[in-house]
Amino acid sequence: MRMPEPDGGIIARRAEIAAALRQIVPGEGVIDSEEERRPYESDGLTAYRNMPLLVVLPSTTEQVAAVLRYCRDNRIKVVPRGAGTSLSGGALPLADGIVLGMAKFNRILEVDFPNRCVVAQPGVTNLGITHAVQHAGFYYAPDPSSQIACTIGGNVAENSGGVHCLKYGLTTNNVLGIEFVTIDGETVRLGGKHLEAEGYDLLGVMVGSEGLLGVVTEVTVRILQKPPTARALLIGFPSSECAGNCVAAIIAAGIIPGGMEMMDKLAIHAAEDFVHVGYPRDVEALLIVEIDGPKPEVDHLIGCVEAIARQNQAASCRVSQSDEERLAFWAGRKAAFPAVGCISGDYYCVDGTIPRKRLSDVLRGMTELSAKYGLPVANVFHAGDGNLHPLILYDANKPGEVERAEAMGADILCLCVELGGVLTGEHGVGVEKRDLMDRMFNPVDLEHQMRLKCAFDPEGLLNPGKVFPQLHRCAELGRMHVHKGQTAFPDIPRF
Amino acid sequence: MTRFRPKDARELAELVAGAGAKGEALEVIAGGTKRGLGRPVETPHQLDVTAFAGIRSYEPEELVLTAGPATPMAEIARTLAAAQQVLPFEPGDWGPVYGAPAGRQTLGGVLVCNIAGPRRPRQGSARDHLLGFHAVSGRGEVFKSGGRVIKNVTGYDLSKLMCGSFGTLAVLTEVTVKVLPAPEATRTLVLRGLDDARAVQAMTRALNGAQDVSGAAHLPAEFGARTLLRLEGPAPSVEARAEALRRELTEFAVAEVLSDAAAMAPWRDLADLNAFAAEPSRALWRVSVAPQAGPAIAAAARKLEGRYLYDWGGGLLWIAVADARDSGAAVLRGALGEAGGHATLIRASESQRAEIPIFEPQPPALAALGQRVKESFDPARILNPGRMYREL
Repeated sequence: MRMPEPDGGIIARRAEIAAALRQIVPGEGVIDSEEERRPYESDGLTAYRNMPLLVVLPSTTEQVAAVLRYCRDNRIKVVPRGAGTSLSGGALPLADGIVLGMAKFNRILEVDFPNRCVVAQPGVTNLGITHAVQHAGFYYAPDPSSQIACTIGGNVAENSGGVHCLKYGLTTNNVLGIEFVTIDGETVRLGGKHLEAEGYDLLGVMVGSEGLLGVVTEVTVRILQKPPTARALLIGFPSSECAGNCVAAIIAAGIIPGGMEMMDKLAIHAAEDFVHVGYPRDVEALLIVEIDGPKPEVDHLIGCVEAIARQNQAASCRVSQSDEERLAFWAGRKAAFPAVGCISGDYYCVDGTIPRKRLSDVLRGMTELSAKYGLPVANVFHAGDGNLHPLILYDANKPGEVERAEAMGADILCLCVELGGVLTGEHGVGVEKRDLMDRMFNPVDLEHQMRLKCAFDPEGLLNPGKVFPQLHRCAELGRMHVHKGQTAFPDIPRF
Repeated sequence: MTRFRPKDARELAELVAGAGAKGEALEVIAGGTKRGLGRPVETPHQLDVTAFAGIRSYEPEELVLTAGPATPMAEIARTLAAAQQVLPFEPGDWGPVYGAPAGRQTLGGVLVCNIAGPRRPRQGSARDHLLGFHAVSGRGEVFKSGGRVIKNVTGYDLSKLMCGSFGTLAVLTEVTVKVLPAPEATRTLVLRGLDDARAVQAMTRALNGAQDVSGAAHLPAEFGARTLLRLEGPAPSVEARAEALRRELTEFAVAEVLSDAAAMAPWRDLADLNAFAAEPSRALWRVSVAPQAGPAIAAAARKLEGRYLYDWGGGLLWIAVADARDSGAAVLRGALGEAGGHATLIRASESQRAEIPIFEPQPPALAALGQRVKESFDPARILNPGRMYREL
């Protein structure tokens, strides 16, 4: 992975920089030994590793501001990090940059039930928010599969999703406000316990900005009343086309399930071998449909979905009769990744989105790619919103397989874009999909995004080397393109 | 005053680039219903974008619709209704509040003003439904962002930035929005006679309960002292939930339950601001606060002898103030206090709009950031300059 050329001058000043940062974050807040820096050398995308210059663990907003100001003044790059669970390399360190770890920001600051929100520090885990409010029947809706470990600050950076996005939205739809610090060390508050921005929706821009615009130091999220009832259906189909048609028919009937997940045969078998919950082995595709809400609604809609499944050639259909049974339906899906890991040793999780109607096209294309690269692929799919997670099986001990798996993953993502979809549904661009950005955006599109980056971080010190395939100087991006004294389209009459 | 009417994105880009080169500002207009919203814009030219109209594609099973931004909302609503779908954020028709005829508002206007109705707390706003767009920025360049799928985190979410930018960053040429199935049935509970504090308590009880309330509004005494709570969903569900909610709220009042058309009417009235269309001389404020802070804002409104009503469970107040020197800006913005929130002057006379900050004044660091964002899209400040803040 090509990263920005490290600045030897900065690396040579490591001891001096460590000493200066200790003035801001005393004691163990600055990590400089090789042994202690090692755990930070990669995130959830473990194929890429890089030792950071230093790791800094501030515990107050003032410290964050002072660290950023120091880094700006000394032109030191900064890689913000939450729990390091990113699957796209969003927190991959730089040899000439510090990792700014937010783990010490781990407190819930306020639980406000009357206003239905929680104010938390960014290092609180996603599940930690639900734990703080579940005694009163509330929960925080977005549920990325890493929710036990990933932090709310990381969720804001990546605009994390989960299996309930279609009905309850992504992080961006559930965050009411943030406090963040700019690279200039200015503390800015956006939103709060109220709705909507008073000026430009910079909160909407910050969410999903992958640590390139600022460092989040506080988050206010909305919490929801946990649906009183949830029931699930486990539906087997003779083909993925039938399963796809069933999904379309459910939505056409006006039903928005809380979750709707599809698995292909390889994933079904891997999951069943792993957790033994009674998934049918003789079907080509399996659909888990969860309906949540008030009991009368759930009972009514479960019947509707069951009828739709029958009309779409369902080979089997089980309706959960208890919460234990519902959780058993989910157990296989939730264990799909480790289950696939069991059969192959290594797997590479891809994350793209397609218009749902193109499902059979993308599955056909993946079968061809699987043959071309000689690597099997198991598919799990957030069927409601078109977000695919193909798992490419490979063996890292075999020479060249890692590279083949990555190349195949890139081909799958390009296929998603060709079919009208996008490069990433919830894992982010990071370093992983950075060099594919030009498959989706032309240079002018990307320049409009990069100029927004310049508005926040004109020196490009925050998380450089992520998201954008090329680094441009802001002054160069700001220039209007005037050729020989004329703007574009000289043939059209002007004012 | 020249009125330009580009036919396609190429012509539009050329016009904007030409205006930028000369430093001549453009007022961007489609339906023209909300020209009274924002600071008065004085530009040598108008940019009429009505050519960018029409539904380009609509796939009900995919829950997405792509259209030209100048497509009238009436056409969007009609098309969606034929497939039993809606724009879930329930945007109202603000035209009549500004004296424009009903039904002329466009999709693009709704999006760039980030309009949302009573379903906002549950379903989000316009900003939560714009999935992607094509546009011409103030630099005169054609660009796109986002996509045509529901779940997408590829690159910065510029759709959020376009919503609520009031045409100051770019001119939209095509938009893709997320749609949802229309609720099959609706019930509205009406609780009569509650004062503001009790009404907010009742709304909080309902919103924090298990019945999945999709609208919570309070109309004080002068509008009939009614507290409204809405339930939507399949028919058997709303029936049962309405009865359950009625029982849960008996300590506040014995609720009357409205069905179907009668149940939907008050929400349409709220979204369309019908209570305020009749008195165009009154300044109209939209105040967004934490729901529990609603009554404190209402107390400030009473000091101004304002007429007001609550939506969003107490978190949104619409306040109409008779012509005062600053239309009540100091009193209302003073009442926001530490709890935060913002007050927007939605309607006022042209002279007041030139003097009173229309949007909530921002702290210096935030204002400076906003200016740099404006500059990144529109360095020559030619698109609706000064419409939001003087400096933008």
